[in-house]
Amino acid sequence: MTTQSSEAAAGHAAEVAEKGMPQLDFSTFPNQIFWLLVTLVVVYLILTKLALPRISSVLAERQGTITNDLAAAEELKRKAEDAEGAYNKALADARAEAQRIATETRAEIQADLDRAMEKANAEIAAKSAEAAKAIAEIRESAMETVKDVAADVARDVVVALGGKADKRSITAAVNARLKG
Amino acid sequence: MAAEAEGGTGLVFHPMKQFKIEPLFGEGPIHWYTITNQTLWMALAVLTIFLLLVVGTSRRALVPSRIQSVGELAYGFIYRMVEDVVGKDGVKYFPYVMTLFMFIVVSNFLGLIPFSFTTTSHIAITAVLALLVFVGVTILGFVKNGIGFLKLFWVSSAPAALRPVLAIIELISYFVRPVSHSIRLAGNIMAGHAVIKVFAGFAAVLAIAPLSLLGVVAMFGMDMLVAFVQAYVFTILTCVYLKDALHPSH
Repeated sequence: MTTQSSEAAAGHAAEVAEKGMPQLDFSTFPNQIFWLLVTLVVVYLILTKLALPRISSVLAERQGTITNDLAAAEELKRKAEDAEGAYNKALADARAEAQRIATETRAEIQADLDRAMEKANAEIAAKSAEAAKAIAEIRESAMETVKDVAADVARDVVVALGGKADKRSITAAVNARLKG
Repeated sequence: MAAEAEGGTGLVFHPMKQFKIEPLFGEGPIHWYTITNQTLWMALAVLTIFLLLVVGTSRRALVPSRIQSVGELAYGFIYRMVEDVVGKDGVKYFPYVMTLFMFIVVSNFLGLIPFSFTTTSHIAITAVLALLVFVGVTILGFVKNGIGFLKLFWVSSAPAALRPVLAIIELISYFVRPVSHSIRLAGNIMAGHAVIKVFAGFAAVLAIAPLSLLGVVAMFGMDMLVAFVQAYVFTILTCVYLKDALHPSH
């Protein structure tokens, strides 16, 4: 098919188009094969002497770097986790300590308070007993005074009414009245 | 297609002219040492490989530049292919496989440059490449396994009665390997380039010029794919043959 089309073209421009496929022109084969072998040897030498060792070393180096970096990252992550654990532990300890101090302080304050209350109660009791005694005394003395005043008043009333003031009977009468 | 071209329009097609080998300097017959357009493009392929794999990696950057990462990609691609297909003991043949792959893939892609010459479209080139693989692999097989290399043709998993028949088939298929190996590559590359030329020839007719341009673009994209895939196929088949030589038992 390709040969046909090439031949058809040759009809138009015989001097331009050659007959058949250039691929099958055996006269060029030695030339092609010779230069191909030269090319292959050169490519092989370029690859084995320069390119492949270099690329493989670059790849190995990169692999090494990545591995190292991953290990370092792992290490750092572990350290961060440790630090977080230590921090949490310190926090919990501090919280427990604070709790303990608060409880202790509260107990201390309670004890102080109780002591003060007791003392105050005792003082109050003593004071009120004293006061009761003083009141009793005052009442006693007041009673005496009332008797005297009542006797005086009664005598004066009797005298004013023209009676005879008998001190003993008046006192007896006043005492009888006060008792009644 | 040729008949259509001749009918009425008077279009001129030279789809095969691009493959013609001519002396680069002056006229005259082509001797074995003559520098031709093909020699020039093989030299350019060598230069490209040098620029890509040697100059591109010269900075040995830990974080690669674009060219360096292309080189590293090619290295890793072929290295893994050899390792996966041939096995650990095949790694020492990696430089040879890499040489073949780089030469073919670079030649294929250089051939896609307009007005360039496609080295790998020539059957002489691909036949030599395939024969190097064939002869090399056969010698390697006998050196590594001695006479045991012939077990490659003796399918021990088949029923005993079938084995002689299979051995003949295996033997024929073994000798057909270099033929298919070389014609596959040259044929694909040549056909792709010829079809582009034919499409381009139609561009001379105004009415179908847009369609022809579209065809050229589509074929060019297709040929980019073929350029890589054929290099890949050639290389992986080389690896498969190498594996057969190192581990001939089925």
